[in-house]
Amino acid sequence: MKFLAKLEKLDRRIIYIIITIAVVLPFFFRMGLPISVSPEVKSVYDFIDGLTPSDCVFISGDYDPQVDAELSPMFDAIVRHCFEKNVKVIVANVFNLQGIGLVEPRLKKLAEEYHKVYGVDYAFLGWKQGFSLLVMGMGENFKKTWETDYYGTRLEDLPITQPIRNYDQIALVVDLTGSGVFGAWITYAYVQYRQKIAAGITAVMAADAYPQLQAGQLIGLLGGLRGAAEYEQLIHHPSLGSVGMEAQSWAHIAIILFIILGNIGYYAAKKNKEK
Amino acid sequence: MHINTDIWVLIAVFFTLSVYTFLWKDNPLYKFAESVTVGIGMGFALVQWWNLSVVDRFWVPLTTRGAAGYVLIIPAIMGLMMVTRIIPRFAWMSRYALAFTIGAGSGMVLPRAIQANVLQQLYATMLPINVSWTGIMVNLFIVVGVLAGLIYFFFSKEHKGVFGGIANIGIWFLMVGFGATFGYTVMARLSLFIGRVLFILRDFLGMQLF
Repeated sequence: MKFLAKLEKLDRRIIYIIITIAVVLPFFFRMGLPISVSPEVKSVYDFIDGLTPSDCVFISGDYDPQVDAELSPMFDAIVRHCFEKNVKVIVANVFNLQGIGLVEPRLKKLAEEYHKVYGVDYAFLGWKQGFSLLVMGMGENFKKTWETDYYGTRLEDLPITQPIRNYDQIALVVDLTGSGVFGAWITYAYVQYRQKIAAGITAVMAADAYPQLQAGQLIGLLGGLRGAAEYEQLIHHPSLGSVGMEAQSWAHIAIILFIILGNIGYYAAKKNKEK
Repeated sequence: MHINTDIWVLIAVFFTLSVYTFLWKDNPLYKFAESVTVGIGMGFALVQWWNLSVVDRFWVPLTTRGAAGYVLIIPAIMGLMMVTRIIPRFAWMSRYALAFTIGAGSGMVLPRAIQANVLQQLYATMLPINVSWTGIMVNLFIVVGVLAGLIYFFFSKEHKGVFGGIANIGIWFLMVGFGATFGYTVMARLSLFIGRVLFILRDFLGMQLF
């Protein structure tokens, strides 16, 4: 009983070490745990899969380095899917200028891999002052709102942006964010212009996005590393998300065991006090 | 395994490990890494903001568009008025700029936010409760959850009897919501840790992971 009571006061550093082992070991010994696909991820996949080469997807990388591990795998998976389908991709960082340094090199690398031409198959707009005004401006006059791409080329001169007048020419907006700015996309782009929006968000924010998903304001949702892993399964291109999920699962098992042990320790300590 | 000797990868490994030393206890390595991270983040944002906002959106149009660009002087003056808060004698000027920002911002946000966050959410709660699987198991669950949650937050009547019972059901729904949020939070923190482990194994130690 005394041993069990000690579990309640287990040194936090022992917990850290065990969690670290649970995270690192699966990279060396793969169990091949299955990753099932949730309906909210499948609906994003299905929507993009149904697009034609004349369609355009706008991806806003509204995140910073702190959440890069969760959101960049989503960015890679969605851009890959668009490139495979020959769907045009416009990338920007509407709400977070720190995202420039994260998404631009990834976009270039993916474009090289799929032999895509800048200005024809994809474009990068970067960040511009305005936030919500930018979202609303895109609904009125896309080219006037952005004026130039990140490199200073006028949007009038880029074949990909030439035909885009407003949201009518954008099939889907995908917002990748570690904060609640997907709500601003809903408020300004969905409510006013009925723009179809999908969100890729960190797991911390995922629970907050389900009411919007249930209300039909989002066509789909990718939540955390799991969302990225599910999308990778759908495009048959396992990458950072899928590799990370096995470690995630083992770490979760370790945490569940610690919660059980902690509770046993709590009740054992309580019994000891009663004696 | 091939250890990457690229200086930037080594620096990143150093800072990753420095940050995680905090798990043992607070120490100068962690403090150094924390300060550098905050400093670089701010520096990067400031330079990008200056180039993309002040130069590209203000200075270039002002100096190249002639009379059409002069309209930008008005928001620029209002922006400078905001900064007067740091000089107590002229701090009153910032109120005008703030009043404009708050007024315009509220005007733009309120109707759309009510539509997005109240009305459309209400419509989504008005669901058909029929004898189908979805009607009973999903829709009824959502309707009961919303009503019980709202009753829990109704404090003008004492939570006793039937009313108290429904409020208790509301607590259960809220607890499930908090539990889901906490579970997602644990998942998110682990994902970030996994991201750093992946970086060390793949980018630094050169392991082939996929």
